Amino acid sequence: MSTDSIALPMVDEESRPLVDRLHDWVTTVDHKRLGILYILYALFFLVVGGIEATVMRIQLIRPHNDFVSPQVFNRMFTMHGTTMIFFVVMPVMFGFANYLIPLMIGARDMAFPRLNAFSFWLSAFGGILLYFSLVGANGLYGAGNAPDVGWFAYAPLTAQTFSRGHSTDFWTLALLVSGFGSIGTAINILTSILCLRCPGMKLGKMPLLAWLNLVMAGLVLLAIGPLTAAQIMLCLDRYLGAHFFDTQAGGSAVIWMHFFWIFGHPEVYILVIPAFAFVSEIVPVFSRKAMFGYPIMVAATVAIGFLSMTVWAHHMFTVGMSSNANTFFVLSTMAIGVPTGIKIFNWLATMWGGKIHFQTPMLFCIAFLFQFLIAGLTGIMMSAAPFDWQLGNSYFVVAHFHYVIVGGILCALFGAFYYWFPKMTGRMYNETLGKLQFWLFVLGFHLTFDFMHIPGLLGMPRRIYTYEPGRGWDNWNLIVTVGALVQGVSILIFVGNLLWSRFKGKTAGSDPWDAWTLEWTTSSPPPVYNFATIPTVRSRRPLWDLKHPEDPDWKYE
Amino acid sequence: MDPNNTYARWDFTVVVTLFLSAVPAFAQTAPPSLSPTNIFAPASTPANTILGLSLFVLAVTGTIFIVVFSLLIYVVVKFRKRVDDDRQEPPQVYGSNQVELAWTVIPVLIVVALFMATARVIGSVQKAAQPNNAIEVIAIGHQYWWEYRYPALHVVTANELHVPVSDPAHPTPTFIKLLSADTDHSFWVPRLNGKTDLIPNHPNSMWIDPHETGLYLGQCAQYCGTQHAKMLLRVYVQSRDEFDRWIQQQSQPPQLSDAASEGKYVFETTACVNCHAVAGTVADGRFGPDLSHLMSRDTIAAGAAPNTAENLRLWIRNPDAIKPGSRMPAMELSDRELDAVTAYLATLR
Repeated sequence: MSTDSIALPMVDEESRPLVDRLHDWVTTVDHKRLGILYILYALFFLVVGGIEATVMRIQLIRPHNDFVSPQVFNRMFTMHGTTMIFFVVMPVMFGFANYLIPLMIGARDMAFPRLNAFSFWLSAFGGILLYFSLVGANGLYGAGNAPDVGWFAYAPLTAQTFSRGHSTDFWTLALLVSGFGSIGTAINILTSILCLRCPGMKLGKMPLLAWLNLVMAGLVLLAIGPLTAAQIMLCLDRYLGAHFFDTQAGGSAVIWMHFFWIFGHPEVYILVIPAFAFVSEIVPVFSRKAMFGYPIMVAATVAIGFLSMTVWAHHMFTVGMSSNANTFFVLSTMAIGVPTGIKIFNWLATMWGGKIHFQTPMLFCIAFLFQFLIAGLTGIMMSAAPFDWQLGNSYFVVAHFHYVIVGGILCALFGAFYYWFPKMTGRMYNETLGKLQFWLFVLGFHLTFDFMHIPGLLGMPRRIYTYEPGRGWDNWNLIVTVGALVQGVSILIFVGNLLWSRFKGKTAGSDPWDAWTLEWTTSSPPPVYNFATIPTVRSRRPLWDLKHPEDPDWKYE
Repeated sequence: MDPNNTYARWDFTVVVTLFLSAVPAFAQTAPPSLSPTNIFAPASTPANTILGLSLFVLAVTGTIFIVVFSLLIYVVVKFRKRVDDDRQEPPQVYGSNQVELAWTVIPVLIVVALFMATARVIGSVQKAAQPNNAIEVIAIGHQYWWEYRYPALHVVTANELHVPVSDPAHPTPTFIKLLSADTDHSFWVPRLNGKTDLIPNHPNSMWIDPHETGLYLGQCAQYCGTQHAKMLLRVYVQSRDEFDRWIQQQSQPPQLSDAASEGKYVFETTACVNCHAVAGTVADGRFGPDLSHLMSRDTIAAGAAPNTAENLRLWIRNPDAIKPGSRMPAMELSDRELDAVTAYLATLR
């Protein structure tokens, strides 16, 4: 890597015609622009998926409600799940990884800029394909117009016999196409982190965000393969007369479950490890302390990566596996609690003895810690297979994984948005609106997802478009719906804050948080080439060394 | 292993009561009044065994929560930036091997304890041997209804499962073989046992031994298509005498009266017989529920509506009015034919 400085002529962005500027965005191979494209794309689908959730919550506000038909409700939960996992959380994580990794490892771009653009447009096309089913899937009579098989699409409901028309095909193809995009991005992240680090940045001196994304990218490479294979087999079943999952011709419904969950469980960690990465960057800066136990944080992440490949069948405790198989998956699942616990304790130890600043990014990280703790503990409950025989597929499970995804991942994401917004736009967000959004969101979140556990304990299964009165579920469902609406208001404030601040916010400067990693050394927003001179580092916190020459980190690491 | 052994009274109960007295109290006082499908109100050995483990796990996770949550609150309050802050950075600490070893080893020990408790319960529920006097039932999941067969007793019925009460001193458990005719389903009556899926080409089994008579509710717990929500489960637990009488009645063909002969004619000359069976007649369809003793059931359409003459007539005229998307087609009968068929069905006792 050259350390020569590059002098580029400054182009005045605003003076060029709109069409030219849009063209630049469509043809860009710049990691920062692709990162922002990923993020905007995910935010759009977050709103779409949120509307789908709202429709379901209105339907469930009281028993025997008829706000939507069963057919529409079933499409709503299928589209909500598929959208949120594949077209919100994955792309937004890839977006942040794209934007931040080169800046944090002192590189000028990702390793393969064109592959990067190709991967983004594949993912984008996947999302469009999924929603095109609303127009394009009107095949045969009774076929419906959007996928309605649930986001894990258990066989044989996806067979031609039970799913006529083309809605399931749109679902299959959307995941197939976006899966290729994910693999491309994973290769890019791995290569960039392994090959493009600036001088002095050994693996042990990378920011934790780079380490965690390295593990995430490795998991993507391992997990997307089985999903892609399963989708291709499903296509063969539906159109070429294969019988992999076609139970009427001797196929196996259980094989689909194995294929899906050996993708599906690592997928949970693909989503949550980048969230850990945000927290591991934000908590130290706002506690004014170095990360506690960096090596064991890395080791715990790698351990989670490996263990996550061995736990998939805990999604299948009720399908009638042998008691030996059940026992194995109980053990592997419980074991993953150990490295996860280590992480929580290390974040707490980082805050211990610090001076905690309560700006919005840190507030969201504290909420993350609290909620992820509960999510982890309800996970432990369900890892005890017999307890899962009662809790599995009930609203308790729905509450549990929303605790992970909304209470954990989304809260960490909000923190990341507020933390890096000044870097991405050069403007500061509005702190008052940020705090208002935080408190509203936490209120709405807990109204919805705390109370959602209870109907599950009282026997309410998931994926039902309506329920019988007299089961003791009515009041809980009412509260849950009210909470969902509060969360909706909070999201609107969030989007409004970002839009307003993008144009009217105060100028942020290059280092508004007095932070320590390389992205804060360059201007906000960074120039196309990121760094005029490729930096050289001696420790994990190069800016700390710069700001405290009397007591630099490299003396201790 | 004896299906009647009560693991709930094991050594852990002591720990449970110590740690989290609130949950057992909830479990003992709240039961059926809170919800007829409350998992904390078991009435059968497997459900009871599961509850025992559940309370232990709740106690352990509850304790972890209290400890870590208190730590979090302490850290946030104690180490907040003060108003009179001196603007100096706090001392930098990079880690501590002793502390990190401690919070690795302690969780490992907790995992070992949880794992061993869980493994015992898996064995006691899954490996329970079937005693000779057990009732055998085959439950077959269909898109949006349940078929029940008692192979040894020559009874076929639908949607309402009848089993004898099981006296803990002389257990008469019911062993249920779970099959599916189409998509995946799941049998879940929370007060009797956890759920087990019904998967085509993948026979499963489960057992229950209800200790008290009464009606136990549940519903399909694996998404199976449009009307998954109205695939309700009703288990009638009866005294041994009542159960024997019920079996006796169900194993006889229905007594047909001439009064309903017009309805019988309509029923047997339309598409009804393609899907439905009535013992002792030409109707022998297997796609829909067996109607031989329809009038002995409290509900129709897998528990979706009470079994009244009006509901039955509405169901035949337009099933979507009760269960939109069910597999039963609207039969397009005239009013006269509808009345006749309804009258005929009303004689099937």
